[in-house]
Amino acid sequence: MKHLGSSLKRFKKNGIAKIAACVASVGLAFAGNQTLAEELGWPEKEELKFGFIKLTDMAPIAIAYENGYFEDEGLYVTIEAQANWKVLLNGVIDGSLDGAHMLAGQPIAATMGFGTQAHIITPFSMDLNGNGITVSNEIWEQMKPNIPKMDDGRPVHPIKADALKPVVEKYQADGKPFNMGMVFPVSTHNYELRYWLAAGGIHPGYYAPHKGDTSGQIDADALLSVTPPPQMPATLEAGTIYGYCVGEPWNQQAVFKGIGVPVITDYEIWKNNPEKVFGITAEFAEKYPNTTIRLTRALIRAAKWLDENNNANRPAAVKILSQSNYVGADYDVIANSMTGTFEYEKGDKREVPDFNVFFRYNATYPYYSDAIWYLTQMRRWGQISETKPDSWYVDMAKKVYRPDIYSKAAQSLIDEGLMDAKDFPDFETETGFKPPQKEFIDDIVYDGTKPNDYINSFNIGLKKGDVL
Amino acid sequence: MNTVITSVGKLFSSTAAPSQGQNILNNALQLIGIPMMGIAVFLLLWGTAAQNIDTSLGKFPGPAAVYEQFGSLYNEHIAEREKAAAFYERQEERNAKRVAQDPTYEPRIRKYTGKETFLDQIFTSLLTVMSGFFLAAFLAIPLGIAIGLSKTLNTAVNPIIQIFRPVSPLAWLPLVTMVVSALYVSPDPMVAKSFLNSLITVTLCCIWPMVINTSVGVASIDNDLVNVSRVIRLPALKHVQKIVLPASVPAIFTGMRLSLGVAWMVLIAAEMLAQNPGLGKFVWDEFQNGSSESLSRIMAAVVVIGFIGFLLDRTMLQVQRWASWDKSSASR
Repeated sequence: MKHLGSSLKRFKKNGIAKIAACVASVGLAFAGNQTLAEELGWPEKEELKFGFIKLTDMAPIAIAYENGYFEDEGLYVTIEAQANWKVLLNGVIDGSLDGAHMLAGQPIAATMGFGTQAHIITPFSMDLNGNGITVSNEIWEQMKPNIPKMDDGRPVHPIKADALKPVVEKYQADGKPFNMGMVFPVSTHNYELRYWLAAGGIHPGYYAPHKGDTSGQIDADALLSVTPPPQMPATLEAGTIYGYCVGEPWNQQAVFKGIGVPVITDYEIWKNNPEKVFGITAEFAEKYPNTTIRLTRALIRAAKWLDENNNANRPAAVKILSQSNYVGADYDVIANSMTGTFEYEKGDKREVPDFNVFFRYNATYPYYSDAIWYLTQMRRWGQISETKPDSWYVDMAKKVYRPDIYSKAAQSLIDEGLMDAKDFPDFETETGFKPPQKEFIDDIVYDGTKPNDYINSFNIGLKKGDVL
Repeated sequence: MNTVITSVGKLFSSTAAPSQGQNILNNALQLIGIPMMGIAVFLLLWGTAAQNIDTSLGKFPGPAAVYEQFGSLYNEHIAEREKAAAFYERQEERNAKRVAQDPTYEPRIRKYTGKETFLDQIFTSLLTVMSGFFLAAFLAIPLGIAIGLSKTLNTAVNPIIQIFRPVSPLAWLPLVTMVVSALYVSPDPMVAKSFLNSLITVTLCCIWPMVINTSVGVASIDNDLVNVSRVIRLPALKHVQKIVLPASVPAIFTGMRLSLGVAWMVLIAAEMLAQNPGLGKFVWDEFQNGSSESLSRIMAAVVVIGFIGFLLDRTMLQVQRWASWDKSSASR
């Protein structure tokens, strides 16, 4: 109202001469609005609450807020850190959160009914890579003799779990359980840690949900259990676990605290693997279609900003993330991985420019093949207890991953000139399946269109027809 | 720092009985000097001990680091307020723009969506603890009077009270959380669920000292008073109003003071565990952040929590003195 009043005053002051110009500009604004309204209406729900876990890959949410992208969409978003992944998921299901930074496996597992049953969808994939596996100093010392050295004496990366195998065997022989931490049963970290261990011949254990066994430790050489990300370093320091797989900054934190050594990043386990997603309930997307598209738009813009000009904005992003209400760790700790380097042993800092990818390589597009990879791993480790046909995998992926919403959001950004069509896959021809991917640590090729063949290709893991 | 010490001194001096003129200087030394010396020795010990404790997050914070944190917490608060002002300004502009485009739109001003500062969290905690405490008092005092008046009721209820009284808030919390989210469903809730969770947990834990003290107070009313009431045939309600309540006021207030102490302790634990906004959440968040400043910020919160607990107790004591006829009970 204040603005209207002041503009009225200005009207009187400047006289009639200006009126014509004003009318013209109002008319223009109106016309602009109409084209917008036809394509994309106002948000149905304006006040939203999003949850996140203190990890650097929540960055798109923080940036969309801090850079005002949410406000540009007419969305008033409150961002709240959650205690752990289960609390976060329950929040989204019971509606106390409208959306959240989620593990890629969470919407899939929830929709499938492994754990809490709820139809969760994802219109936006948040990032690629960004995790690491860290072991305690004590384990590192025992692994070191098994790792080939470079000329300058530093270990050769990537380090395979073969180097860890003798250590695990020694613990087994002594009758001591070899405990490791991961963040959630359906987390990327669980599957990555299992993938790495199994590739090195260490059995990470099966789940048997049909028998009520959800500990995932059947036949295990290494016993994996859940620890919330921010508590990983403290749990490692306390000696409860010997190693963990977690997102940043909690691997770099272990280096800074001098309590552990990251041995491998997930980039080296599977190059450009899909990591977090933004999850909302199917009900929310149905009830508030405009809001859903608008929040996706804001997140796409934030992701683009994070990768723009060859990561030029990353230092600014790190500064925001180090605020206590976001990730809250020290600037230096977060900056290590976010600005394209990764410190393994103290002082052994190496270039990993793609450690955190938020936008390039179509990182934000929700590919069906990404969802199917998670489903194959769920089957491999028994979370899906029976063999399913290939069509089941595709149907499930299509139920959860929603590139249709993403395309609408991206297209409207392109139409408004905020983005360039070449930043995105060609929506006309995109099938949602990436071509067969070869860059895994064990050289097994993944083709998303043939999930059962892929499951059968692993040495360790359930195969077609296996039931525990 | 000095202002804090003198205000502490003042609080102490106000509790002491006034004495004769010539002893004033002596008294001042006793009442301000000695506590100040105590604090100084404590700070010195803390400072030296802190220097020798190495954690994985750096040295344990000494008094100087904590003092510095108070400054930066205050600055953060001011910065956040400025951001909030900018937020409202942008919002008004956006609303005006939208009204111009879409005349049917009814603009609303939404609350600032940014983070809660340390000061906001202190306020939230105080509000929660007081709400929980008053709710508990509202339930406990009538219940306590009823139990005190009736031997049968006392025998019936006593085992339940004895079993629930020692239960820690942490055990109640999951139950409260689930029940609240099951029963408290409204599209536009008046208060946040998290607030309700902390409030009910606080109530459940601080209700017992009040019930017990009230019932004991009521049960031990002087027989003469009860007999007077009988002789003049006071109806039941009048009996409670004219005889029971005035007679048991000291006991009720002793119970309330105990309860408030319990409530404050419980609240911090509940906030910490349930991630409900407030000082407890602040402590937990900082612990999770694990930055090099986390420990000193937690220590700053610890000092504030202690100081507020102290102030609450003193306030309750004053209220108790003012409301009670038995002045000696206040010092219990």
